[in-house]
Amino acid sequence: MKKTVFVGALTAATFGAGFAHAQTTLETILDRGELICGSNTGQAGFGAPDANGVWQGFDVGFCRALGAAVLNDPNAVTFVPLTSQTRFSALASGEVDVLARNTTWTFVRDVDLNLTFVGTNYYDGQGFMVTRDLGVSSALELDGATVCIETGTTTELNLADYFRVNNMSYEPVPVDTAAEAQQQYLAGACDVYTTDVSALASSRAAFASPDAHAILPEVISKEPLGPVVRHGDDQWGDIVQWTLFALIAAEELGVTSANLEELKAGSNNPEINRLLGVEGGFGEMLGLDNEWAARAIAAVGNYGELFASTIGDQTPIGLARGLNAQWTQGGLLYAPPFR
Amino acid sequence: MSDTHAQTVAYVRNEMLAPSDPPLREAGAVKWLRENLFSGALNTILTLASLLVIWYALAAIGPWLLNSVWSAGSLAECRAILDGTSGACFSVITDRWHQLLFGFYPPQHYWRPVLALALLFAALAPVLFPALPRKLMIFTAVYPFIGYHLLWGGSVWFPVSVALGFVAGYLAYVLLARVSTLIAVFGAILAPVFWWAFAAGAFDQTMSSILPLGLEFVRSDRFGGFLISLIIGISGISLSLPIGILLALGRQSDMVFLKSVCVVVIEFIRGVPLITLLFTASLLLNYFLPPGTTFDLILRVIIMVTLFASAYMAEVIRGGLAALPKGQYEAADALGLNYWKAQRLIIMPQALKISIPGIVNTFIGLFKDTTLVVFIGLLDPIGLSNAIRADTNWNGIYWELFIFIAALFFIFCFGMSRYSMYLERRLKTDHK
Repeated sequence: MKKTVFVGALTAATFGAGFAHAQTTLETILDRGELICGSNTGQAGFGAPDANGVWQGFDVGFCRALGAAVLNDPNAVTFVPLTSQTRFSALASGEVDVLARNTTWTFVRDVDLNLTFVGTNYYDGQGFMVTRDLGVSSALELDGATVCIETGTTTELNLADYFRVNNMSYEPVPVDTAAEAQQQYLAGACDVYTTDVSALASSRAAFASPDAHAILPEVISKEPLGPVVRHGDDQWGDIVQWTLFALIAAEELGVTSANLEELKAGSNNPEINRLLGVEGGFGEMLGLDNEWAARAIAAVGNYGELFASTIGDQTPIGLARGLNAQWTQGGLLYAPPFR
Repeated sequence: MSDTHAQTVAYVRNEMLAPSDPPLREAGAVKWLRENLFSGALNTILTLASLLVIWYALAAIGPWLLNSVWSAGSLAECRAILDGTSGACFSVITDRWHQLLFGFYPPQHYWRPVLALALLFAALAPVLFPALPRKLMIFTAVYPFIGYHLLWGGSVWFPVSVALGFVAGYLAYVLLARVSTLIAVFGAILAPVFWWAFAAGAFDQTMSSILPLGLEFVRSDRFGGFLISLIIGISGISLSLPIGILLALGRQSDMVFLKSVCVVVIEFIRGVPLITLLFTASLLLNYFLPPGTTFDLILRVIIMVTLFASAYMAEVIRGGLAALPKGQYEAADALGLNYWKAQRLIIMPQALKISIPGIVNTFIGLFKDTTLVVFIGLLDPIGLSNAIRADTNWNGIYWELFIFIAALFFIFCFGMSRYSMYLERRLKTDHK
């Protein structure tokens, strides 16, 4: 590592980039021995370092599963904190291998920014929070309100669209971070705080008197959040995509970190066998080995376990599964078949 | 009063009167108040208005600060202890101070940055205080390598191999100086470059395999908090002064090519916001480097911050140079001093003295600007405050973190400002 710091820079500057040949992302990661994951600079429940500097959270858990699948070590993952402004450039320039930080899948980001959204690990939507004193029970009554809004995010655009469609006016109070937004909102600088419902719920849980605030029933946007990779390396895209599907399928098939060892010995369900690499040789098709999915599940549990341990209703964040339940439970999670 | 009339004239006093007290309004606190606070109608109004503002501020913040909690484990516990009263929850500092200071630096190695900081003061002492023996400057010259090794660790031979480059340059200069000064200068530049490009890596590897010495390696992504501000700030400050002096001299130079290069560099860098340079460091550079090259982000940031500060420094020093009367230059010429001797002995000591307030101003600005690295995702104190708030225990805490961070920065900036005032007094040669 350390030699690359100085001498690497020097040789790069001296000899130019001529000697570098194009490596695939997977080769780069295997050479390096670690996965570099673009993460949030700190969002409660989704990704933040704890008191010991170990990254924890829902998105972080996905990266650890990916690390376990590719490198056989969930701790061989380096987390690079990225702001909403730097995240896409960092991914495009190769600073990070994968981006897993509450990023909404939109047309422009997918097509114009040359990125590939491999799936959705959390279905979110934008909502509004108001104080109960305001006496508002629907977002349609918010005409003329001052609204605290985080800049540089899709929520800013959704807000404008929603108020225009409903012929209402609003006065934006631009803020930079969730903490600032909470502060402004609590200080009364704005009547309404709008952001993704999951973030509203975790903010409200942190207030001194949560009951004095209400989250309005309207959800004004679709915010499918998911991991992102660069365009053009489909093998790596497939690995990230199917690691996500493996976690989701594991929940659907009843594979948990508790019964994983037992099921790895072989079961009556051929799909579980294919998922866990007992038959089918699916891992080798990805360029990994056949136990990749089993390792990912062993690292963080299946989708449901990961959700429950980081953001679920037993945690202080307290999010219900809602849209993020399996399709069999009335949610939107639907992994393609392992066949 | 003489003795002459003491016995002769009855109505003349024959002993001294005890001096009476000055009138009440002309002495002590009353006089001070009258002169400084209530010396006129306008001043009286302003004083009363200021008192009112101070009173309101204290009334708003005072109880909150006094009623603070230092021992809770989370914000919820804090609120339970405060039981509805308003109070600060400084428990977040007791819980996370080590992160705000050191980032994610391994706790068992905290002594390393602390020792590095202590040695830094030892290394700075001979530069800051002329009373100390000049021999100590040798330690100052070696310090950057000791500091690097203490902070990052790894093989001790890596900083040694880098340091040997400078030794090679010095030797080349000394040996070639007998031939010609110009050749010696070229030798002094080329020798270290050749050493670093071709021999340093091999030397490092050979020595590491023969004698593996060194502290445990700590990766850059473990650095954070105030440690990162100090590393960037101090490297930027100590590098920008010499580079700034060279740029300022280059801009004053008669050599057209040199002058235009310096002007372009200064004007370009001054014309670009620091945040743009930081984004360039963190995002753009990777497009140009070959894939797989890891070029340490902290190092990239230090380079950009140094460039930025150097451009400002150059203009501050140019101001000092411009303030010198032309006679000083002519006197130096008349004494037969060559360019460098004239600069070293006559021009620079005076120009730098004039520029001290501006230089320290730039230093303080640079040190505070290090918090901008939060925008490229480095976890400096501000960045860490976001990360700490993302912990469910501390979600919702706000001012306490900022107060702590502000106090840290204040200590260093105030220290710099006091030192600059000391320096100005010490170097004062006029008789105003």
